[in-house]
Amino acid sequence: MNTGNTHQTADRYKDLDICVIGGGPAGLEAAIAAKKLGAHVMIIDDNPVLGGQLIKQTHKFFGSKAHYCGVRGIDIAKLLTDRVTELKIDVVDNATVVGYYDDDVLGVLKQDTFVPIKAKRYIFATGASESMLAFENSDLPGVYGAGAVQTMMNVYGVVPGKRALVIGSGNIGLIVPYQLLQAGVEVVAIVEILDKVGGYYVHAAKIKRAGVPIYLRHTIIEAKGNDSVEAAVITEVGNKYECLLGTEKIVECDTILIAIGLSPLCELLYQAGCRIDYIPELGGHVPFHNEDMMTSQQHIFVCGDLACIEEASTAMLEGKIAGAKAYETLYGENKRSKEIAEQAKKELFIIRSSPFEERILFGRKKLNP
Amino acid sequence: MDGYITEHPILKFERGKKVKFYFENQELKGYEGMPIAAALHAAGIKVLSISERYKRPRGFFCAVGKCSSCLMEVDGRPNVMVCMEPLKAGMKVCRQKGRGEL
Repeated sequence: MNTGNTHQTADRYKDLDICVIGGGPAGLEAAIAAKKLGAHVMIIDDNPVLGGQLIKQTHKFFGSKAHYCGVRGIDIAKLLTDRVTELKIDVVDNATVVGYYDDDVLGVLKQDTFVPIKAKRYIFATGASESMLAFENSDLPGVYGAGAVQTMMNVYGVVPGKRALVIGSGNIGLIVPYQLLQAGVEVVAIVEILDKVGGYYVHAAKIKRAGVPIYLRHTIIEAKGNDSVEAAVITEVGNKYECLLGTEKIVECDTILIAIGLSPLCELLYQAGCRIDYIPELGGHVPFHNEDMMTSQQHIFVCGDLACIEEASTAMLEGKIAGAKAYETLYGENKRSKEIAEQAKKELFIIRSSPFEERILFGRKKLNP
Repeated sequence: MDGYITEHPILKFERGKKVKFYFENQELKGYEGMPIAAALHAAGIKVLSISERYKRPRGFFCAVGKCSSCLMEVDGRPNVMVCMEPLKAGMKVCRQKGRGEL
């Protein structure tokens, strides 16, 4: 490992106001807001391109015009990245933040070089990772996170297989199979353990029109195959979600997509000593934060899926709040910073007032009673 | 190389130069700059490593550098996260058996 130029590199950033960890929709909006207000901002991201998970989202967003309605995720990523370039925000790409150390220093690994970086404020927008489901042979190659398949397919143009089975019918579980069909992959079925589809009706209608069956009150109990998936065993479930004996069906497929949800990536927040609460409605273990997206540590802010598993549109709004509020803790409140944060809070409130978002509001009340 | 999408209603794929690389001494082709795991998958290779205790086949799971299910030996270096590591011409990629030796 090369640590020769460590100090030199660190010096370059000695006047850093705000360091944003994660260049997805939340992190980018946070950085843009803070930089627009005049702060010295840096973004650290582990990918070669900015945009986070937006770079694989080929579907059009909906909602209002302010939230990029009718624009595809891939194009939102471009818009935000262009804005970052225009504003000359410092970007450290292909770099992983590997630790949060004493004296509030970040350890950053960039191509085998370890660089300590210190900023006055940190905004974590690390996102989430896909949750796993336990069933027999769930470790077989061919069992993938739905997002993994989306990355391979929509970013690199590689199909995951010929016949896919999808577990879970949340928005990811409904959108990815549609994209599989667009890439020429057969989708055998979507399996959902609850008695209703989890995601938005528009997405469900689209996939049903394409002729993909959705098995409600079903789950997967086994993957079959020697070196990789050749089939899956699914079964009906009863009122207590117990598997009903005798209802097993063998489904031939070479790919199984797990789309049962996401878990916030809060390891660095644990290291930083932030309070972490367990709130299932928000995605499990999430860093405590107030309405200003400030954690239990006054110099650390969070936004996006790390704070609460939701949508890219809400992640962007949370980013704006975090960016403006982090700025205010350094330079004080002004008219523009107030405007950015208040407008974003207002829009968040409107989105979360829909009956579909009840769970999120319930979870947020638990966070800030 | 039939794992690649050639026609797509929305996307156009800008791929790098087509290059040779090696998987367990077998010569394969892939596009420079794409993750090694994607190039292997397109060539039909799904088993990336063998688990330490029960010797079970392992593939990638998250494809975004988070889960460590895709660790392989690349040019003699163990524990390379191949879902993130870009492919280069002439790379020698091997299945990792158990824990990598440094």
